[in-house]
Amino acid sequence: MDAVFSNFDEYLKAFGLTIGLFVVSGIASLVLGTILAVFRVGPVSVLNKAAAVYVTLFRNTPLLMIFIFIFIAMPVLGYNFKFVEGIEIGGWNVSAFFFRACLALTLYTSAFVCEAMRSGVNAVPLGQAEAGRAIGLTFAQSMNLVILPQAARAVIPPMTSVLIALAKNTSVAAAFGLAEATATMRGFTNNNADQRIGIFVAFAIGYIIVVEVISLSSYLVERKVRVAR
Amino acid sequence: MSASVLFDAPGPKTVARHRIYSVISLVALLALVAFGVWKMYDAGQLEYALWEPFVTPDYVQYILVDGLLETLKMAFFSIIFAVVFGLVFGVAKLSDHGWVRWPAWLVVEFFRAVPVLLLMIFTFFLLAIGDGPLTSFWCVVIALTLYNGSVLAEVFRAGINAVPQGQGEAAYAIGMRKSQVMTSVLLPQGVKIMLPTIISQMVVALKDTSLGYYILAPGLTAVGKPIYQEFGNQVQTTIVITALYVVVNLILTWIATIVQKRLVGEKNPLELSRVGNLDGGRNV
Repeated sequence: MDAVFSNFDEYLKAFGLTIGLFVVSGIASLVLGTILAVFRVGPVSVLNKAAAVYVTLFRNTPLLMIFIFIFIAMPVLGYNFKFVEGIEIGGWNVSAFFFRACLALTLYTSAFVCEAMRSGVNAVPLGQAEAGRAIGLTFAQSMNLVILPQAARAVIPPMTSVLIALAKNTSVAAAFGLAEATATMRGFTNNNADQRIGIFVAFAIGYIIVVEVISLSSYLVERKVRVAR
Repeated sequence: MSASVLFDAPGPKTVARHRIYSVISLVALLALVAFGVWKMYDAGQLEYALWEPFVTPDYVQYILVDGLLETLKMAFFSIIFAVVFGLVFGVAKLSDHGWVRWPAWLVVEFFRAVPVLLLMIFTFFLLAIGDGPLTSFWCVVIALTLYNGSVLAEVFRAGINAVPQGQGEAAYAIGMRKSQVMTSVLLPQGVKIMLPTIISQMVVALKDTSLGYYILAPGLTAVGKPIYQEFGNQVQTTIVITALYVVVNLILTWIATIVQKRLVGEKNPLELSRVGNLDGGRNV
């Protein structure tokens, strides 16, 4: 573990990049996944089918293939996403690598987000909507007071799994030149082969902390919004 | 009433409006597809020469034998070992003895929280690099076994817990021992409930074999590189190989659905996400 402690700033920087990838692609895939879920459960059958095709396609494609498509195949078609290089957010320059990794993670994760949302909506029994209308609530009222609060609660556990998977999936970016935690671990191990077990444990603990923070915060949110039945 | 909680059964006006939405969205989607195809055409990617390797017998054989077969072999071995691993640790997590239960819990939680790729790199550096005893093929299998085995341990535990309590109690009442109750009453009934989830986990394992790319393991992702380096057809290679993955995964999902219908009926499958959940650290 010596190699990790003497380069601790590098270790922290690597996990900073991992968390950066997680946060950016997490927010983006929540947005895209919600749009897809709206299409998926909405009344327009064409959009319904299109969203279903998207979900089936991306859920059955390995994340690595999506990365290969964006990093290796897209430049051939003339998309290298170099235009993001000039953008600066809070004194931090966006790199094309970071943007492309986030794009791949977003495309992949939003399919899972869509399914999590849909399972949340499906978890609300039909009788709830019927009862709401029967006691004279308008459509908007029954949506706001009856359906959506229940659906939102049912979404939390599957969404947590999706986000945890995303946090672990950021490691795939290592294969495409991003110096995030997994790539840094490989670099450390390359330079200090005799300490490989300590290095692995150190990085594994880092990932476990990230994962546990996500699942703990989801647990706290769930406890806060829980309703006695 | 309509079949959805989200909207009422549409009246004639709404039906007409939905029809307009359908047409608009259909046009938009077709435009999107057309734009993609035109972009491919514009970049000269639809030329036959770039697709030719995928109809040439030699290359087809190379992709199927060196790629698909290796990938399937990796997935097969890792799922077999993972079932054994999961069975051992899943039963251990249900043990009455704390000294068996807690280490098993620790192992399962550890391997579920660590990314598979990190595990793969570690096993690669530990066992394969230099004059290590194993090839990268087996490093992929080991990493996938540890990860999927830990997920399956949870599946086994949940599946055994899903067997009605009376079954175990009845078995104890007729004088069976603990191991007999587990092997001849709980497990046989539990497996029936778990089988669809186990098959879905095979999809995850199959998808994750692609990560072997980073540690130079064989498989579908590995055969792509020499092809596009020779022909410069990155787009086509990616599309063909992705399609192969998708087809194999869809077949597996289809089998899982059939098994689900046969064995479990219309009941919901085990509520375990396909993507390694920790569920807030709670026991489900």
